[in-house]
Amino acid sequence: MTRLELYGKSFESRILLGSARYPSPSKLAEAVQASSTEIVTVSLRREAGGSHAGEKFWNLIKSLDVAILPNTAGCYSAREAVTTAQMARELFQTDWIKLEVIGDSESLHPDTAGLVEAARILNDEGFKVFPYTTEDLVVAEKLLHAGCEVLMPWGSPIGTARGLNNEYGLRALRSRFETIPVIVDAGIGLPSHATRAMELGSDAVLLNTAVARAENPARMAEAFAEGIRAGRNAYLAGPMQPSDMPQTSTSLVDKADLRQ
Amino acid sequence: MRITVNGEAREVGSQLLSEILVECGYRQTHFATALNGVFVHKHQRESTRVMPGDRIEVVTPNAGG
Repeated sequence: MTRLELYGKSFESRILLGSARYPSPSKLAEAVQASSTEIVTVSLRREAGGSHAGEKFWNLIKSLDVAILPNTAGCYSAREAVTTAQMARELFQTDWIKLEVIGDSESLHPDTAGLVEAARILNDEGFKVFPYTTEDLVVAEKLLHAGCEVLMPWGSPIGTARGLNNEYGLRALRSRFETIPVIVDAGIGLPSHATRAMELGSDAVLLNTAVARAENPARMAEAFAEGIRAGRNAYLAGPMQPSDMPQTSTSLVDKADLRQ
Repeated sequence: MRITVNGEAREVGSQLLSEILVECGYRQTHFATALNGVFVHKHQRESTRVMPGDRIEVVTPNAGG
């Protein structure tokens, strides 16, 4: 199967996994291994003087031998997101950034104007931006124009586990930007949601809570990996088109005449 | 002088960011800083002067989705 290409790096796995909300560090490590992911998302948070919590977490992540994708989660302005990205680059030694600019604290809807503004600044500063966006084609066009080489449309709002709210929109995004990697991010609750995203032609899926909050995160991670692989295979296989007219699969030609 | 470090009011004697961080107990090496919302590169901390009322943010790696 073809590999996932992101900013000049090539990956076998098409699942990107978040590192938050696991019952324990060891459960996180098990889930990462079971998912076969090669990219894990992380964040930055305040730490008191003398604490070593951040260092311990960082050592765990480094031991997983995966690419790191820091996020700007919780940022409500382009300026705040840019500063967070700059701190992340120094801390994680990567120019990759999952850019989130949130516009509404209840729905966690992306502020797409702020997103484009931050993307432009960060691309100018040499970052490789993974923008968390909606399926809006015009916003996507502006993000690409700002220098982004990846699009990360939501499936549904963050943490809702509702799956794909707008399949039509995701299909339209796929067909409009055929050569741009599309990673469906957020709102994925079940492996079937991820499979569907891949069947629509998405290049990868990013998820976190659906694995982290499962009773058995490692097993769920494996289920997602299988679902994503199945969806990708189905897309590449070229699915048949649905029809309103029933049609037998078994030929009626040369059927025996058994009338009595 | 009185400043804010990670949202908490602090009284500090030093004026340089690097010295204030030590004064506040940041002896670990792996953290990033911002002053009044602007990123301060680790190599700039020794030359960054902090003023009364300034806001310092100190962050480290954390879990994220």
